[in-house]
Amino acid sequence: MDPAYFVELFINGALTGLMYSLAALGIVLIYKSAGVPNLAQGAMIMLSGYLVVLFTSGAGLPLYLSIPLAAAAMFGFGLLAERLLLRRMVGQPIIMIVMLTLGLEIFLRGLVPGVLGAAPQSLDIGIGLAPIIVHGIFINRAYLVGGGVAVVMIAAALLFFRTHLGTRLRAVSDSHVSSWSVGISVERAIGISWGLAGMSALAAGTLWGSVQGVDWTLSALLFPALAVVILGGLDSVWGVLAGGLAVGILGSVVPGFVDPLVGGSTRDVVTSLIILLTILMRPYGMFGREDIERV
Amino acid sequence: MFYRLSGVYHTSYATERALWPVPSDRWQVGIVLALAIAAPFVLPSLYLTSYVLPWIVWSAAALSLTLLMGIAGQLHFGFAAVMAIGAYTSIHLTRAGLPFELALLGAGLAAASIGCVFGAAALRVKGLYLVIATLAMQYLVDWFIINVPAISGGAQATLQTPDVSLLLVPLGSDTANYYAALLWTVLVTVLVLNIKRTSFGRALVAIRDKDYAAAVIGVDIFRYKLLAFFTSSFLGGVTGAFLAFAYYEAVTPEQFSFDVSIQLVAMVLVGGLGSVIGAYLGAAFVLLLPIVLTHVVASLAESGHLPVSSSLMAHIPLMAYGALIIGFLLYEPLGLAKIHDNVRKYFLVWPFRHTQS
Repeated sequence: MDPAYFVELFINGALTGLMYSLAALGIVLIYKSAGVPNLAQGAMIMLSGYLVVLFTSGAGLPLYLSIPLAAAAMFGFGLLAERLLLRRMVGQPIIMIVMLTLGLEIFLRGLVPGVLGAAPQSLDIGIGLAPIIVHGIFINRAYLVGGGVAVVMIAAALLFFRTHLGTRLRAVSDSHVSSWSVGISVERAIGISWGLAGMSALAAGTLWGSVQGVDWTLSALLFPALAVVILGGLDSVWGVLAGGLAVGILGSVVPGFVDPLVGGSTRDVVTSLIILLTILMRPYGMFGREDIERV
Repeated sequence: MFYRLSGVYHTSYATERALWPVPSDRWQVGIVLALAIAAPFVLPSLYLTSYVLPWIVWSAAALSLTLLMGIAGQLHFGFAAVMAIGAYTSIHLTRAGLPFELALLGAGLAAASIGCVFGAAALRVKGLYLVIATLAMQYLVDWFIINVPAISGGAQATLQTPDVSLLLVPLGSDTANYYAALLWTVLVTVLVLNIKRTSFGRALVAIRDKDYAAAVIGVDIFRYKLLAFFTSSFLGGVTGAFLAFAYYEAVTPEQFSFDVSIQLVAMVLVGGLGSVIGAYLGAAFVLLLPIVLTHVVASLAESGHLPVSSSLMAHIPLMAYGALIIGFLLYEPLGLAKIHDNVRKYFLVWPFRHTQS
């Protein structure tokens, strides 16, 4: 085994993993405050990628203007999704809510490429393509930036949950009824968490869009993002960081050595196995809080 | 009008527990069955093979899934993988020279045994975690099928189904394929209708409603959860085999991808969880509505009433299908079965709608 090859896979895997965390952050934000598993996060990432492309190449706006614009649009989209769809589902069984967000994912997967063009569009956010070479190890520049943004976003999320608003959101996640009784608007709190998830989708959509181009495949990020939140724990921001690193590193190192042997893309297999083993051994993930069920 | 309850008196428990206690319901079932049998002689072959046949087969698949999701309450987002196992097993068994009937049995058993592995996750978790676990297993099964050449025949390969005969009738002609699929679907329907009336079905319903409570009243949840997965996967596997032999006449891994699993769940949900008639209605709705909608929009676009780009056209099925799921969950969570039931109840006492039915 070549140590340099291993280190390269490890570092690039860790950076990819951090970018997975970016995709997964929105799921945790919503689950943590609303208790709703958001399977539409993949489509929200795709939508925000399309929005940034629309504002930059479509409307000709500079990047520093189009990203705040897209952020505002995604925040609005999150609020709208909560108001129009999720609020009607309060108290429904989990299968209904899972299917609703999945329905939203499918709908957006049809609507957005249908209206804004299905062909892959490139999104240049000014990160050079040339890799950074440290001691003969190639590091992808876009992944490096993405990893950095992810760390900043996760730190911001951690700090956010310590602010006044964040505390209210945490209270809502503990119990809707108790929050109502102390005067917290549960609806508004959940709406805000959807809006924030939309904004984290924007970060993921912009960075992943710049790496792999903007088309419907951006929504396929849902699967690794799910692995990240399952491994890390659905309601833990730290878990997003740790889970992202683990999924990224395993998803890069294992295929790096196993792919030549079986001749197939084993990355999805590694992701699936991570999900399965986590659920079978420790369903609540590394940092998740275990729900106690009462009959 | 159609459903008159007058004159329906139950003088024994057996008549009251009959599947269709109201005579007009029995008539309806009889008429539908007669229509289904007459279909090959009435319908043009294009309609038979491209609309009715897939509807029948997918109804059987939706029925198998509704047994698991609706009656036993175990969520399953990897049912296409189970069907894929059945389809591939049946093809390899018939290629090895086994008669089709035995191959179907083998397909069911193979799907059921791997389906029980899916079920192992259900013993540990439920709800969202079960959804994601079955989803991950779908990816795993897909990968194994694609990457093991002995199963799929190599990457990007299509396996043609060999010529077989079912109960001495050679399959391959449209009519024979249709009757084979119809036979299987009727069998599954009768089975699922009756499962609800057995102790097995009642145990599953108890588990669905609350598994701990079911354990307290003496239901062995370990055994019954696995049995639910076993039965449903068996039916799903055989349906997969019928899908391959009677409809596609060839199999590729893409026919059983993750999207197909979602489609199946959508059929069950749109139809109404746990309902038999819902499985039929849901399958019809999910299969046909995107097609119909695409045709309508295409004809509107051609006549110049509606400017749509070709890229939008191509995405209409996906949109229709997402909107369908969202719309039903929001406005009629109990699905088409509930709508059917409302209509039926209305006519049951028509024209006296203020009487209690």
